[in-house]
Amino acid sequence: MSINWYKYAAPSSFYFLAGKLIPFFTVLAVILLVAGLYIGFFVAPTDFQQGEAYRIIFIHVPAAWMSMFLYVVMAFWAGIGLAFNTRLSSMFATAIAPTGALFTFIALWTGAWWGKPMWGTWWVWDARLTSELILLFLYIGFMSLQAAIDDPRRADKAGAVIALVGVVNIPIIYFSVQWWNTLHQGASVSVMQSPKMATAMLVGMLVMVLAAWMYSIALILLRARNIILERESHTSWVAELKETTR
Amino acid sequence: MLAMRRQADVLITLFFFIIVVSLFPLGVGPEMNILRAIAPGVLWVAALLASMLSLGRLFSIDYMDGTLEQLLISPSPLFLLVLGKMVSHWLVSGLPLVLMAPILGIQYDLSMEALSVLTLSLLIGTPILSLIGAIGAALTLGVRGGGVLVSLLVLPLYIPILIFGAGAVEASAAGLGYDAHFSLLGAFLLVSLVFAPWAAAASLRISME
Repeated sequence: MSINWYKYAAPSSFYFLAGKLIPFFTVLAVILLVAGLYIGFFVAPTDFQQGEAYRIIFIHVPAAWMSMFLYVVMAFWAGIGLAFNTRLSSMFATAIAPTGALFTFIALWTGAWWGKPMWGTWWVWDARLTSELILLFLYIGFMSLQAAIDDPRRADKAGAVIALVGVVNIPIIYFSVQWWNTLHQGASVSVMQSPKMATAMLVGMLVMVLAAWMYSIALILLRARNIILERESHTSWVAELKETTR
Repeated sequence: MLAMRRQADVLITLFFFIIVVSLFPLGVGPEMNILRAIAPGVLWVAALLASMLSLGRLFSIDYMDGTLEQLLISPSPLFLLVLGKMVSHWLVSGLPLVLMAPILGIQYDLSMEALSVLTLSLLIGTPILSLIGAIGAALTLGVRGGGVLVSLLVLPLYIPILIFGAGAVEASAAGLGYDAHFSLLGAFLLVSLVFAPWAAAASLRISME
């Protein structure tokens, strides 16, 4: 069976597809979140060095991963929108930005809470923290540029340029711990080597990462649906939709 | 070179730089040890802000009198024209700061070696500011609240240059090698020289649609 992908590139058909997918991802997100938090707080053993305080990892690491990953995805869709002039991809980029900014903020916030008991300070001007802060600024810049431009097509394209320029920051954040020998600890999980932590901790963290994924997908689809409705409000299918749901 | 006819603009940027740099000793207090420690950062941040403030004029006058449309339809490639704009922006807003920096550095009691490193780092660094800043200026052309928006877009991208520019001076003051900082600044300059005119040209086309 072949799926006609182009069909779903049209905002009108994507709108209904997203509507069907949202409940599915929402339920998954809730289940995974509950499971992840349970493993994280009740099953995972206490860290011999960091004590109970390390448990913030279950929120901190997924948020930090998502913050970087979502930026790349956002820049990717914005770039596709710029190159091929596809409306839906640009709408997607716009929909991703607030969730990405939220995760960046959570990563910084939980990082501060982790830093206080571990390092004795809320904040250090360390390479990884600083570049994560820059990432937050980039998200805010992207959103405010789009908000300032009234014409949505121009806003999409202008946002795409600034998003693509900002992509250089992502590898800097990711490798900052290796490049600069700083206070932030190195990555504990890597695809190449066996993880340097207990299995229960790893499972809890991965479940939380999945939960963050599902949450992001559900929320982004929801936001994309709103953007579609807003931008396509002049078309006939939206008018019909209004008739049927009234 | 038309910008030379509006000498007031050049002087405003320069005096802004001088005033901001002079404010810090008044705010922090005239303790020479502290001043010597913060001098590289202060001079670099002031250069960043001065360079950013003059970005608004980079395209806006051409945009208002229609010259920009003529540039867009001209037969020569747009990125070359944009590169010309960037170079002239640096000549009128970056170069005066570079020339002025050693004199202000003396006020902060920097050593001779630190002064030369500071000047050299600004010489490599300020063109990058003009190159990256032009992208932001082109994107916010004719947008309401454009001036504040430019700072929001451009300042995060300036941060690495600030870190390595000021870092070079601090490293030399601490007696460490500063070659690595200069190599990185040089790399930033080359990369932005290749990509920035192209990105700014694309942004201009988007803004002029």
